Amino acid sequence: MDVATRGSKVFRGGIASRVGVAFALFAIIGPFLWILTASFKHQIAIYAGQFPFTPTLSNYVDVLAGRRSDFPGNIANSLIVASTSTALVLIAGTLAAYSLHRFRWPAWLGAGFLAWTLVFHMVPVLTLLGPWYVAFRELDLYDTRFALVLTHVTINLPMTVWLMRTFLREIPPEIVEAAQVDGCGPFDTFRRIVLPLALPGLIAAGILAFIFSWNEFPIALTLTSRATATVPVAIARFAQQYEIQYAQMAAAAVISTVPAVILMFLGQRFIVRGLTLGAVK
Amino acid sequence: MRDAAGLTSASRAQRQPRGGIGAAINASFRYWSLLPAILIFAALTLYPLLNLMRMSVSTIDFVRGAEVWTFTPLRNLESLASDDVLRPAVVNTVVFVAVSVAFEMVLGVALAIAVAGLPRAKRIVRTLAILPILVPPVAIGSMWKLMYNYDFGIFNQALVAVGLMPVNWLGSTSIALASVIVVDIWHWVPFVFLILFAAVEGIPPDLIEAAHVDGASRWQTTRLVTLPLLRPAIVVAFLFRAILAFKVFDEVFLLTAGGPGTSTELVNLHLYKVFFEQNRLGYGALLSLAVIGAIVAFLLVSRRAALAIGRKS
Repeated sequence: MDVATRGSKVFRGGIASRVGVAFALFAIIGPFLWILTASFKHQIAIYAGQFPFTPTLSNYVDVLAGRRSDFPGNIANSLIVASTSTALVLIAGTLAAYSLHRFRWPAWLGAGFLAWTLVFHMVPVLTLLGPWYVAFRELDLYDTRFALVLTHVTINLPMTVWLMRTFLREIPPEIVEAAQVDGCGPFDTFRRIVLPLALPGLIAAGILAFIFSWNEFPIALTLTSRATATVPVAIARFAQQYEIQYAQMAAAAVISTVPAVILMFLGQRFIVRGLTLGAVK
Repeated sequence: MRDAAGLTSASRAQRQPRGGIGAAINASFRYWSLLPAILIFAALTLYPLLNLMRMSVSTIDFVRGAEVWTFTPLRNLESLASDDVLRPAVVNTVVFVAVSVAFEMVLGVALAIAVAGLPRAKRIVRTLAILPILVPPVAIGSMWKLMYNYDFGIFNQALVAVGLMPVNWLGSTSIALASVIVVDIWHWVPFVFLILFAAVEGIPPDLIEAAHVDGASRWQTTRLVTLPLLRPAIVVAFLFRAILAFKVFDEVFLLTAGGPGTSTELVNLHLYKVFFEQNRLGYGALLSLAVIGAIVAFLLVSRRAALAIGRKS
């Protein structure tokens, strides 16, 4: 192969990959732009496929301030459930990760717990919805935010434990031992020394737990009714009605992406680490 | 005696004697730190699993709001044998997982290598790639429901604009599954990209340069140097996707809910319908146990395969 053809090949590869990346970016953004424009159209303009169109805020007004709209309540439910379950899963998950990392547990309990969280993480949640439904009805917890918080803590626990484990491992053991030699009790060491050092991990796990809880659909669909429904359930209702409410569905869906968009800008560093850590280590 | 924390009795004696609750919390921390997680997991996964076994041999009826359990061990097995939807659901799920994961891997790896070769704009691509992973899957279902719409969706508008016939993307039995798979590919290519991009960025640039100096073309470098170095990350991303693709529910529920007919029926959708539309809790429990068993078997096999691949490289 002479130098000229090789040179042109390298050049062509460069162009092809640039075109490919540009297309990928367009493909990622396209659907978001499409639903964003739809959310500013009247239902009639959507049906007519009008473009250009006169933008209107009426869908957002209907969804957020309509007299018969449940959506503000749905947002409140989602915020309450997501923030409560995130706080609880961070406490339980970080304690467990630290405990497994620092103290010696019998294998059936320590390794067994880790293996079981892994299996549970990979099993579709639909398989446990039946027994959850039965149990929460028996306990009179069906259709409560409390039941939703408990289940969301459960589904986020494996991710939190495994993520915090990798972050806690990076803390030099000498620091912890020094604190204990200085007379700091095990719990005080954890609270005053370990937690501040594990803050990046807590932020990463917290962001992901909040997002996953905010996004969660099948559990909320089956364990809630009108008063306790969350945002994804409300969006599905717009999409499932006999006559699909495309305009309101679009507006509600756009609103539902707000936390993700905010966190994408503010917490990108932590999210990328959180999402890829499990894979790289 | 040394305890697991590595404290000697001498250092323990140094500890300031502090009375009351604080001392008790500290002294027992070793034992209660694992307790909350264990309790949650026992109550919300182990107990339900046992309950699944009890349910799977029962028929559960609701009489005036109260549950009535009857022990009917064979009835649910008979339901399994006569379930006409199960077969298409399993076939569709296997096709769905195989096709979408294959495309996600190829496109994700290609995108990671392409972006790593860009002189700039890497951060923008990475930022935008996070978005599909983070937004609610239900919102993704809504987006694509709008785009696939027969009358006003973007694809049919484009087809009509160039003089072609509109396509019934979600309503035709031959196309609906492919349409749903496209959505999953769109959703998860960014995830494969993120994992592989981190791995590509970790490759020492000297290796690539050395290959160029030795006269390798860009394609040869990618095939003979970059891809082999990426193999561990590719295996991990593949296992992640292969297992998590089974969990798909939200988007398909919104887009087609399994229709038309059973053309996009998936195991998870079928489970939902058996439990909550047909109210057959006993039969649903039997199906759930079968799904859990299949996943555990897949985990064991793939662990072996991953270990074997890891040993070779």
